[in-house]
Amino acid sequence: MKKKYYLKCTGKYLFRMITLLIAVSVISFVLVSLSPVDPVQQYVGAVPNVSVEQRAKIAEYWGLNDPPVERFFAWAGSVLHGDFGVSLLYRRPVLDIIVEKFGASLALMMTAWIFSGVLGFAIGCVMGLFNGRWLDKILKKVCFVMCSIPTFWIGIVFLMVFSVMLGWFPFGMSVPKGVPADEVTILQRIHHLVLPALTLSFLSFANVALHTREKLVDVLESDYVLFAKARGESKWSVLKRHGLRNILLPAVTMQFGSFSELFGGSVLAENIFSYPGLGAAVSAAGMYSDVPLLLGITLFSTLFVFVGNMLANIIYGIVDPQIREGCIK
Amino acid sequence: MNLNRRTKMIVFVGVIFAVLAAVYLAGLFISDDFIAADFSQKGLKPSWEHPFGTDMLGRDMLARTMKGLSVSIIVGTVASTVSAVIALIVGVAAASGVSWLDHFVNWMIDLVMGIPHTVLLILISFACGKGLKGVLIGVAITHWTGLARIIRSEVLQIRSQQYIEVSRKLGHSSRWITVHHILPHMVPQFLIGLILMFPHAIMHESSLTFLGFGLPPEQPAIGIILSESMQYLSAGMWWLAFFPGLMLVIIVLLFDRLGENLKKIMDPYSAHE
Amino acid sequence: MKEAILLVKDLSVSFHMYDGGLEQYDLKVISNLTLDVRPGEIVAIAGSSGSGKSLFAHAVMGLLPENAVMTGKVFYKGKVLSQKDKEALRGTEMALVPQSVSYLDPLMTIGAQVRGTKPNRQIIKAQKEIFKRLHLKEETEKLYPFQLSGGMARRVLVATAVLSGAQLIIADEPTPGLDLEMALEALQVFRELADAGKAVVLITHDIDLAFHIADRISVFYAGTTVETAKAADFLKGKETLRHPYSKALWEALPQNGFKPIPGFQPYAKYLPKGCLFSPRCPLKTKECENEIPMTEVRGGYVRCIHAD
Repeated sequence: MKKKYYLKCTGKYLFRMITLLIAVSVISFVLVSLSPVDPVQQYVGAVPNVSVEQRAKIAEYWGLNDPPVERFFAWAGSVLHGDFGVSLLYRRPVLDIIVEKFGASLALMMTAWIFSGVLGFAIGCVMGLFNGRWLDKILKKVCFVMCSIPTFWIGIVFLMVFSVMLGWFPFGMSVPKGVPADEVTILQRIHHLVLPALTLSFLSFANVALHTREKLVDVLESDYVLFAKARGESKWSVLKRHGLRNILLPAVTMQFGSFSELFGGSVLAENIFSYPGLGAAVSAAGMYSDVPLLLGITLFSTLFVFVGNMLANIIYGIVDPQIREGCIK
Repeated sequence: MNLNRRTKMIVFVGVIFAVLAAVYLAGLFISDDFIAADFSQKGLKPSWEHPFGTDMLGRDMLARTMKGLSVSIIVGTVASTVSAVIALIVGVAAASGVSWLDHFVNWMIDLVMGIPHTVLLILISFACGKGLKGVLIGVAITHWTGLARIIRSEVLQIRSQQYIEVSRKLGHSSRWITVHHILPHMVPQFLIGLILMFPHAIMHESSLTFLGFGLPPEQPAIGIILSESMQYLSAGMWWLAFFPGLMLVIIVLLFDRLGENLKKIMDPYSAHE
Repeated sequence: MKEAILLVKDLSVSFHMYDGGLEQYDLKVISNLTLDVRPGEIVAIAGSSGSGKSLFAHAVMGLLPENAVMTGKVFYKGKVLSQKDKEALRGTEMALVPQSVSYLDPLMTIGAQVRGTKPNRQIIKAQKEIFKRLHLKEETEKLYPFQLSGGMARRVLVATAVLSGAQLIIADEPTPGLDLEMALEALQVFRELADAGKAVVLITHDIDLAFHIADRISVFYAGTTVETAKAADFLKGKETLRHPYSKALWEALPQNGFKPIPGFQPYAKYLPKGCLFSPRCPLKTKECENEIPMTEVRGGYVRCIHAD
């Protein structure tokens, strides 16, 4: 019976995910088709003396003269076969570019994700424990201010302070300039990763901290904490035995649910630090009308967000006894 | 907390509002002469004459920043208002009791939340051929989800109350009930939601502009100023980025505080802190 | 007579409240409460809901929230307790049996919760015995609070107090949700604890049950005790009782005519002057507006100038 329930849940979830992915591909295709930018002009832009015939040939080759619906199905059909087309910007298959750049982006995003998650959680716990005292009040104000700071500005400030003024970190790129890719040491990579990762974690750090604080305050004011105190548990024991147990799960779920903001932030962070990842690629694709790449990364980022949400749900299912023990909500 | 906390809060809200209005008007009325190129004044450090310094074309950065903020405020206002209206309509529709509509709205929310905002904004801006229109539409389309959820649950709560049932028994139509009983209750939520949307709208507008998808380069926008400043960072011209960004942070923070304080005034129960 | 394990003298508890979120006032929920409990004794605190019964338990154990102010004294075995003392005695000398399943950590198994922070072989063995005693199946240990029925949850909560070995047990409404048999069974456990020399305070709104299990009963009204007397007096009938409210309560019982008391218990914000019951009292005179002390009448204590 429990198994049946799981199957039903998973089935429902998969169905929802597939309809959403289809909708995302339709919508993004419609959006890029609406664009007044002429892809042929963008393509040949830098090349002088392209004849009208040549332009028509390119348009023909890309199928630009077909009706939009037909074009969509042609594109969707090849996507299903794993063919996302060829990037106009890089002149290489979109999928290759995504795979290559996602590696770099993943390193950046995960570093920032873990950093903001762990530190935000710790600071949030401190605020929750000191609820209402001056330490809590000060940290809370700091977090509010941090929430109001745009990612791109803090990135620029970090660049100014740590790269230009102090010279501690390089001025961008994920590897030193002029060094062949296979000669870059891991230390150099980390050196280039620090500032973008700090920038990316800046905003979510404050969010995680404020969220954790809120949850911990709720837990510490709960009946079961009162009872734990009545049974002689110390403040520290209450935090360890009941506090962490009850706030860790929502915190972890929220972290997995934040993949959307994480990816969005990476677009800005990668642009500021010229970090060669997916985020920089997507804005370049939009800037230079690289439609296949733009569509490819949009679909991929959507999938990335879905995977995060799915992981959050799975973790909930495994850890929360109310779901694990088959209590249907 | 004391007896006149409410008064204090109202004064505080008034001050924030006045500051924001002043920034907006200042940007509006600063003559374009102030930001005319003057190569004899180019790249000056902050001084009494130019508190925020000047850029490589010799334009006064303070004047540019004020103009940029003014643009940000107006873009934020329009985009948030549109987004909040979408949220109101969608939220009320979802709570209308029609099951498929509710499911559809939830699905739509999942859809909008499923694509990273920045990517969706780039797509929309691309569809509109970049520029102001793209930013407005993009920000409006991406920001309604949270408020729509709040309004949906509020409406559901009101609908479950007895007087709505009485009104229905008296023969009032669903639309009549929505207009006369439900919408009036949504006003505070709507206004607070609208104001709290501002900070995000402004931040997204300037981010998008910074990436080159928003306002055109000839517009005095904070995103443009900051993306220009990137070229001169290594030359140590820190003031080009520092002050305009700081002002943006302050404006965002003011809007945020305005919304949160209004929330406390309108909903006293949340003041128990 | 043996020395009281718990003696509460002139206890008052008030809260700093914010009216409409922004205006401040003090809310007095417990006023001038006096109570003693001796070894081997069950004292029931009986009163309707909203009379401040639970807060009494929290005040004694030092569990009041931060915006609460407590005055008066709490003695444990003759020693005045400070907040620090209370914290030291909690769980070992004083135990609380709370009201509902919400007092159990939703993400921890029952077994782990009942055994507490330092489970050793001895405690596990004792816990298993108590569970058997309270008709809790062995599998209960592995369950989570949301899987318990209301009755099971209450028995689990009783088990924690028994396991603590505390000398003073304060049980806050331990019986609602249990059927009569289970309720009597649970109360029997308290009786045994008392017979073993411990002191039990039973907070309840079920006056009928209190009559049968307790040794003495303290009637609570609007945050204070109006009468403390032997349970036998309550069983004998209206005439042996001393306070008009106790009499009215007795008359309100189903077997005694189900006669409701006119009026409402005053809200803590709008307490009357002098006797708190006076607005509803048939015997009210001008003198009732003065401070009313607790006086001894026919072997019991009563807060009424008209009692004889």
